[in-house]
Amino acid sequence: MLDVLFYIFAAITLISALLMVLSPNAVNGAICMIVSFVGTAAIFVLLEAYFLAVIQILVYAGAVMVLFLFIIMLLDVDNEDNTYLKDKMTLVASIVGFSLLVVLIVSAFAGANHLPETALLPVDANPSGEGVGMPFTTSAKSFGYSLFTKYMLPFQVTGFLLLAAMIGVIVVSKKHQEVEK
Amino acid sequence: MTVGLNAIILVSGLLFAIGMLGVLLRKNTLVIYMSLELMLNAVNLALVAFSRYNGTMDGNLFVFFIITVAAAEVAVGLAIIVALYRKRQSVMVDNLNAMSR
Repeated sequence: MLDVLFYIFAAITLISALLMVLSPNAVNGAICMIVSFVGTAAIFVLLEAYFLAVIQILVYAGAVMVLFLFIIMLLDVDNEDNTYLKDKMTLVASIVGFSLLVVLIVSAFAGANHLPETALLPVDANPSGEGVGMPFTTSAKSFGYSLFTKYMLPFQVTGFLLLAAMIGVIVVSKKHQEVEK
Repeated sequence: MTVGLNAIILVSGLLFAIGMLGVLLRKNTLVIYMSLELMLNAVNLALVAFSRYNGTMDGNLFVFFIITVAAAEVAVGLAIIVALYRKRQSVMVDNLNAMSR
């Protein structure tokens, strides 16, 4: 049952991502992108990363894509000359590159001689967390515990990065007026 | 779930390839930027899968940080695109070729 769900959500994710890339209208593309993000969140749920699934929907499908839609509608750049793709040379080159990449990925992960893989561990297989790193759990508590012990410095740096991004956005989007001296 | 690691990494790799196709193919800077987000999301999927199959929490924490950084990056990038539009009245990349002339 869960396997079928995985294949369904993987198909939804991939197809809506492809529709986003190929749709001429940017607003339709953004809506397809939201569907793709929700599909990814569903795969996160199947991988038992519940907290990340919620974060993915809240931050990506919510905040980020709303910001994208807002900017797309604010700028209102509908294709004036009715071409949304680049010229023929770039078109051929990018499709050939895409096909080569797809062949590489498929042969590495799905072909007759794909890479070796491990079986899925049950969540409580390693309850005491022996070995490297924190044991995998499904609770949001382990996120908090890791953030304030092992990942304390990255956590602080990320907070500082958010501050820097906020100041950067204010500086970039401010109207430039001539400085008089 | 009995799906192997390779199937999930395959989905992740295909998402990354689709994102790359969008970056190479499209003219609209906003769509290119959305494709970049898609590539970032593909990496998130791979990290969660590795974390789950390895039985450690670190990959999930990486994804948490990546989502935070991506949100900040989107805010700054869209501000830059708006500033660009105010200056040049276009966001199509083939109109923004001042450095190649």
